Amino acid sequence: MTTPPPVLAIRRAEKRFGAVHALKSVSLEAHRGQVLALLGDNGAGKSTLVKCISGVHALDEGEILLDGEAVAIHSPAAARRFGIETVYQDLALFDTLTPAQNFYCGREIAFPSWLPQGLRLLKGRAMDRQAAAVLDRLKVKLPRFDAPVALMSGGQRQAIAVARATVFARKVVILDEPTAALGVRESRKVLDLVAQLRAEGNAVILITHNMEHVIELADRAVVLRQGRKVGELKPTRANQQELVSMIVGAEA
Amino acid sequence: MGRTVVNVADERPDIAADAASERTSGGSALIALSLRLLSIGPLLILVLLAGTIGLLTPAFLTPGNLGNIVAQTAVIATVAIGQHLVILTRGIDLSVGANLALATVIGSLVFRQVDSAALVMAAMALSGALVGAVNGIAYVYGRLPHPFIITLATLSICRGLALELAVGHTTMRGMPEGIAALGRSTSFGLPSSFFVVAGVAALVLVMAKAMVWGRWIYAVGGQPEAAVQMGIPVKGVLVTTYVLSGLCAGIGAVILAGRTEAGSPLYGNLLELDTIAAVIIGGASFLGGRGHIGHALVGAVMIGVIRNALNLLGVDVFFQMIAIGLIIVLAVEADVLRNWLEARARVLQAARAP
Repeated sequence: MTTPPPVLAIRRAEKRFGAVHALKSVSLEAHRGQVLALLGDNGAGKSTLVKCISGVHALDEGEILLDGEAVAIHSPAAARRFGIETVYQDLALFDTLTPAQNFYCGREIAFPSWLPQGLRLLKGRAMDRQAAAVLDRLKVKLPRFDAPVALMSGGQRQAIAVARATVFARKVVILDEPTAALGVRESRKVLDLVAQLRAEGNAVILITHNMEHVIELADRAVVLRQGRKVGELKPTRANQQELVSMIVGAEA
Repeated sequence: MGRTVVNVADERPDIAADAASERTSGGSALIALSLRLLSIGPLLILVLLAGTIGLLTPAFLTPGNLGNIVAQTAVIATVAIGQHLVILTRGIDLSVGANLALATVIGSLVFRQVDSAALVMAAMALSGALVGAVNGIAYVYGRLPHPFIITLATLSICRGLALELAVGHTTMRGMPEGIAALGRSTSFGLPSSFFVVAGVAALVLVMAKAMVWGRWIYAVGGQPEAAVQMGIPVKGVLVTTYVLSGLCAGIGAVILAGRTEAGSPLYGNLLELDTIAAVIIGGASFLGGRGHIGHALVGAVMIGVIRNALNLLGVDVFFQMIAIGLIIVLAVEADVLRNWLEARARVLQAARAP
């Protein structure tokens, strides 16, 4: 059986910010139906790498391949057009809008198509219906579908942000510390959501500091330290200690 | 005592859970009720205010006087509609008053060349929109941190230009018949300016609520960083908002010029503060992303009613200013209270989640 090319591949990525060498020849691959954990201490280069994939920064050198083809990702909008969705740590939700309005904000379903997007009229009911269907499929329960997200709890807001990414993701979903601000119970729900994303055939890149979550969910883990990739392995209970040593740089 | 409660909870977890959920759902029902009251608060206050004044002075609720209020409020209401769009984006437009004055002067100058209502109206609207465009473009592409300074600058420039351009540097009498009729005539017992305000309001309502652009305004004002991340053309949204605010000032100029049959560099003095007050009194949030056109209209009418009523009651003009100031404080505190209640609702929501 021939394996298909990875849906996302980074080849020898380099990124400098002035004197700071943030990424040093980093390569990695993400496959459909797998969760890739991106590990590393603060300042290891995780966020920089993710920002290069999601179009916020551009790589200085190296290339990004989607399904085996080199692409140039110049902006967040371009990344989304390529099928890459990012759930930012601050969630990027609009407090005064409802979940459905949040789902489609910036990508509204509207008509007529011959007008520029800004002048089109919203198709509110179609967006409500499709957003409800997605939330239902992901088994996300919200107290009220027509309330602004300002009235919802941290876990519910996180779930909405993740669900929004799934509406448009066709290839890769990047989650930046999705459970950092959540309690145990709410974290559980988000982890279930991540598992569901994987089951639906997305490549998931998960940034987290929680080793339990990595061992439970990740199919592979890539460890960055000081901008360099220092290891890649399948996380298990047995090699948890090894992973931690790689992250902090203490050779076992 | 505490121990007993713990024991009950241990033995009968179902009861404890029920009690807890009852407590939280009771709390959130109260919060939902409070939030709803806050949202209709301004309208409620307006109705109570009008009722009370009506009882105090029978002259208040006569058709003639109500027509007066409408005519006097029309300018503030029109310009406040534009101001409310700007405030929705977390901005402020201090130039609207001077912008309006400049527009009436330019209208008067055009009238001296050609006696055409259509041309004079177009000149005033265009002048207003152009000043708005300058505001928006300088703010966005000049990378200014806040629109306060640029609109303060255009306030000064417009007022100066209006004084310089006006013949004799003062009020210029005369307007084309079509514009003057706007201030004089009534239809269905209402001054014609009422229908101008209604038309502008209806148009802006459709743009803000049904158009994608309207959704973007709320997004840009609510969470500017998220708007960028979600690929909304933030710069374009901001520029068009200031253009529309300027256009509303131009339309206000037409109404005022019609009522006074003149153009003057002295018009619109402190109108920027009246319109900001109207939007905030009406219940829109100064923090952006929240509010609707009803807020601007209710606020404008409330200012008109207070001025009119205190005049009828023979109260000093100073007290009008104090009354309006107090209502502004009330409105801003209501906004703070609303944010606090929403945070509270979020906590209860988390506690109740299964």
